[in-house]
Amino acid sequence: MDAVIASLPQYWDGFLRTLYLSVISGIIALLVGTLLAAMRVSPVAALRGFSMFYVEVARNTPLTIIFFFAAIVLPRLGVRFEQFEVAAIIALSSYTAAFIAEAVRSGVNSVPVGQAEAARSVGMTFTQVLGFIVLPQAVRTVIPPLINILIALVKNSSVAGAFFVLELFGYGRQLSNDYGNQVLWILLGVAFFYLLITVPLGLLAHFVERKVAIAR
Amino acid sequence: MTTQASGDALVSLNGVNKHYGQLHVLKDINLQVQKGEVVVVIGPSGSGKSTLCRAINRLETIDDGDIAIDGKKLPEEGKDLAHLRADVGMVFQSFNLFAHKTILENVTLGPIKVKKVAKGTADKEAMALLERVGVGHQAPKLPAQLSGGQQQRVAIARALAMKPKVMLFDEPTSALDPEMINEVLDVMIQLAKEGMTMIVVTHEMGFARKAADRVVFMADGQIVEDATPEEFFTNPKSTRAKDFLSKLLTH
Repeated sequence: MDAVIASLPQYWDGFLRTLYLSVISGIIALLVGTLLAAMRVSPVAALRGFSMFYVEVARNTPLTIIFFFAAIVLPRLGVRFEQFEVAAIIALSSYTAAFIAEAVRSGVNSVPVGQAEAARSVGMTFTQVLGFIVLPQAVRTVIPPLINILIALVKNSSVAGAFFVLELFGYGRQLSNDYGNQVLWILLGVAFFYLLITVPLGLLAHFVERKVAIAR
Repeated sequence: MTTQASGDALVSLNGVNKHYGQLHVLKDINLQVQKGEVVVVIGPSGSGKSTLCRAINRLETIDDGDIAIDGKKLPEEGKDLAHLRADVGMVFQSFNLFAHKTILENVTLGPIKVKKVAKGTADKEAMALLERVGVGHQAPKLPAQLSGGQQQRVAIARALAMKPKVMLFDEPTSALDPEMINEVLDVMIQLAKEGMTMIVVTHEMGFARKAADRVVFMADGQIVEDATPEEFFTNPKSTRAKDFLSKLLTH
């Protein structure tokens, strides 16, 4: 217990880095995932094909391997970055985007096709139909699964700890070495800080789910 | 009589064919609709009449033949198609009002986003249209709060707000309770009187008699007869049409 209290500055630093990785990767993944979903339902066959290929590859590959590519293979191909955080963000967002694309796509499919037909009939272009009519109605069904994906993203960010990034899990490993006799407490401390992010997200999901239920 | 190609037709279909897999749903369709004409398309279910209607603004693609609106061939996809659709009003069987938008927004969205009309102007024109179809006081409500008949009249107003050259109606009263059918038909009859070019797929023979200039009878993906309502209802030529009409009259 006293090891946890003595290490609070490290915990705090790790917590902030985990939060930073999650927020940045989450935003990028949301943008890229929505774009991939839009491509998946677009009238252009090549875009549909690319989106499908990307999603299938990214979500069926273990995250550790994607991290390995981002942190070790990319630099050898000449992509240089100052910090390993960048590699972690690339890996996390490209992996999570695939799941977000699937969630958004199923939300788009939950909107009756007549809505899009009516919008096309008044002369809207594909992007207008999606932006003004379909996505606003898809949001309701998509938010609960999206929050689940974001919770998974926060936990997945721990893989970065194995790739030279000192976030919560990275500090956890370091501290476990420093306080070999108090490993259990150290790890409980790590778990507690993860819960500090994921539990509020879960509560938010419950709240949104209730709101959606009322709106129907 | 009216099936031969004519250069100045507002809507013109020439040699249109469509298959759904093995099923040949549109067989060599030729149809010309002049400006101001009201054409009612009738026929048994599965005869291809809805597909025909939807093909005219390319909600259904066709395999061969060509469709032209006001002399312009229907573009494949993209911006050109969107522009052309803006000139073709469409009313669906299931209304398809935008569920997350108010009645007023349903009518103004097209003019504002597609035609870039200023919001104030669009609101004013939309209110006038909603008054005209008798649902002006419903403007701030959501579609789900209206009856089917009211929703369908809003859908007509939404299509009219784009100032279309031609209006397509795909079984506009088939999803309505009997007592609501007339309030929608009245609006359509009024439109026909004002000179709107209309193509109406319907089972409402009363409407066909009252408002149509021509009746097109379809069966098994073909246009079997194309005549005035008077001719068609009193003296149908094909046995297929006679059969269809006799079934209607006995009920």
